[in-house]
Amino acid sequence: MPSKDTDTGTGKGRSIIVETVTRLMVPFIQLFALYVIIHGAGGPGGGFQGGVIFASSFVLYVVAFGIVKAGNRFSERANIVLFSTGVYLYAGVGLLCILFSYGAAQFLNYGYIPLTHHFEENRALGMDLVEVGIGITVMAVITSIFFNLVWKRENEEIGEREGED
Amino acid sequence: MLIVEHLPVLLIVISMLAAFTILIVGWWNKKTSFFISFATILVQFVMSIFILRHVMTVGTIYYWFGGWAPPWGIEYVIDALNAYVLVILLALSLICVTYSKRSIEHELPDKIVSFYALFQLLVTGLCGVTVTGDIFNMYVFVEIFSLAAYALIASRGKIALKASFTYLVLGALGACFFLLGIGFLYSVTGTLNMHDLSILLPPLYGNRVVQAAFVFFTVGLCVKMALFPVHTWLPDAHSFAPSEISAMLSGIIIEVSTYAFIRVCFSVYSLEFIIEYVPIFDFLCLVAGLGIIIGSVLAIAQYNLKRMLAYSSVSQMGYIMLAVGLSVSTHHALWGGLTPALMHILNHALMKGCLFLVAGAFIYKAELWNISDLQGLAKKMPYTCAAFTLAAISMIGVPPSVGFVSKVYIILACLDAGGWKIIFVAVLLLSTLLNLVYFWRVIEMMYMKRGEGEEGHSHSSSPVKVDEIPLSMLIPVLTLAILCIVVGIIWLMEIPIIGSFPILDRVNELFGLGVYAP
Repeated sequence: MPSKDTDTGTGKGRSIIVETVTRLMVPFIQLFALYVIIHGAGGPGGGFQGGVIFASSFVLYVVAFGIVKAGNRFSERANIVLFSTGVYLYAGVGLLCILFSYGAAQFLNYGYIPLTHHFEENRALGMDLVEVGIGITVMAVITSIFFNLVWKRENEEIGEREGED
Repeated sequence: MLIVEHLPVLLIVISMLAAFTILIVGWWNKKTSFFISFATILVQFVMSIFILRHVMTVGTIYYWFGGWAPPWGIEYVIDALNAYVLVILLALSLICVTYSKRSIEHELPDKIVSFYALFQLLVTGLCGVTVTGDIFNMYVFVEIFSLAAYALIASRGKIALKASFTYLVLGALGACFFLLGIGFLYSVTGTLNMHDLSILLPPLYGNRVVQAAFVFFTVGLCVKMALFPVHTWLPDAHSFAPSEISAMLSGIIIEVSTYAFIRVCFSVYSLEFIIEYVPIFDFLCLVAGLGIIIGSVLAIAQYNLKRMLAYSSVSQMGYIMLAVGLSVSTHHALWGGLTPALMHILNHALMKGCLFLVAGAFIYKAELWNISDLQGLAKKMPYTCAAFTLAAISMIGVPPSVGFVSKVYIILACLDAGGWKIIFVAVLLLSTLLNLVYFWRVIEMMYMKRGEGEEGHSHSSSPVKVDEIPLSMLIPVLTLAILCIVVGIIWLMEIPIIGSFPILDRVNELFGLGVYAP
């Protein structure tokens, strides 16, 4: 039963207050997400949590502006590229450890990546890189799940109108 | 570190990367997804052979993730048992992926990319379960391969969705029990590493929490491996999935769950716990024996070929679990310990893989789902039917096929165990008869009945045109069928001459079973 308040796709029933607040909130939520991701190695938080917070900013955007406008900004294809990028980053860092140590160090033994001159500093930086990878993947996957849940109904309606896909 | 010691992790990483690469490259060209998947699995297979060689010549591989020592970091451990299962798993995956090229183009033309991405994830999950030495890590990989399997079963749509949903609910329930068991163990020991658990647990064997955890593991994994009373998800899932996935499901996925069960029983817990504290193995034998008979009887009642094979899988899982159940009470060098169970894991993968792929071939060629549709097919598809017959007589247990070897070894193990377990000899012989009934029905239909088009004609005047499946499907099918016999001969030759099969012997030595029993 489509009522005016829930019909976010067409632009009817929008609220100027919600839109303005969202516009203000989204950058701060994303900044907080980045903070949580970067501090994952040394404090509470990490890639997964940061990724979820980042994705929640998109969820808020969809709630305020509707799925169509949000979908134009964040396509399914971009999502797939992003979540693959995260996995590549994670696995890439892990494999670099093996490569740079000529097979002496294990997968994800960050200290052997020659980013700086100190073993411990390398380890911290490597951990951050991996957290960034996790963050990107989680962000993309959660956004993708949310978009799929919201889009489902509209796709089906289009499918019914145009016959079998 | 030697390069071969990096292989356990590379196996997982390249497989995972390939899954995502398939998704991205699939936009530009759908055809590439098959080649990426095939190449990756081929590389993994070669790696797994190197791992097996290393394990047999040098010894167990321990791989510490990120260089963190075991109780803190995640550890990958590969001993003879892992390496053996890994080789079987990747060999069957390789055969299934070769077969899938033409059949998926035919069956799921708009889902090629997602099929191969999911298939690669399935292989990742299965490899992960076999290489890991950390019990929580094992749970994660169990979930990865299960999720991939749910999606793959549903890929045909319509009725397959229901089958997949049933599997999803029961599979998730099984995984929950498994997780609950892990949680219980973690709460009393504070560790998740299997080796560490096996050190910390013995003083706590009297503890109810530890015993409850074992029961949770058993129930959870029994659901996953479709042991008789909790097999209800299996027939639908097997019959509605695409055939290569049915072959994987029956041939390796439920076996990997069996592997996980063996690992939990003997690596996390120990022989002492199973014999003295929770003597569950005798009960498992009984349940498995019941499963063997009921699975076979239900298979006779089916008219759909794939469904019949699925019920036959229920009965074959009974064989494997019966052999596992007997493993603690047998002490002979040849058939003692886990030897018959591990033997049957390989044998079942070969036989059932072949049978499901042939069933898929009939569907590919002419949408023949039911046994009654197969009339006179032997003249039309001679090689495929020959492959089916070879695998079917293996299932029945005609020497020197693999089925014969498994049955002989399990019967000898029953006799060795003695006592009331001798009744399982009768169960096995009865099951052989039942196997004969339901497989002979199919063979008779293919060879002895006349096809629809040739009635009233004599054979010489109108030879039926041979219409075989494409070569890329025929070769995997024939390979498996020939392996059914060749491997059987190898088992028969190797074991009495050398005294035991080195890999299986190593597994028994590891767990203190068979001749190595204390």
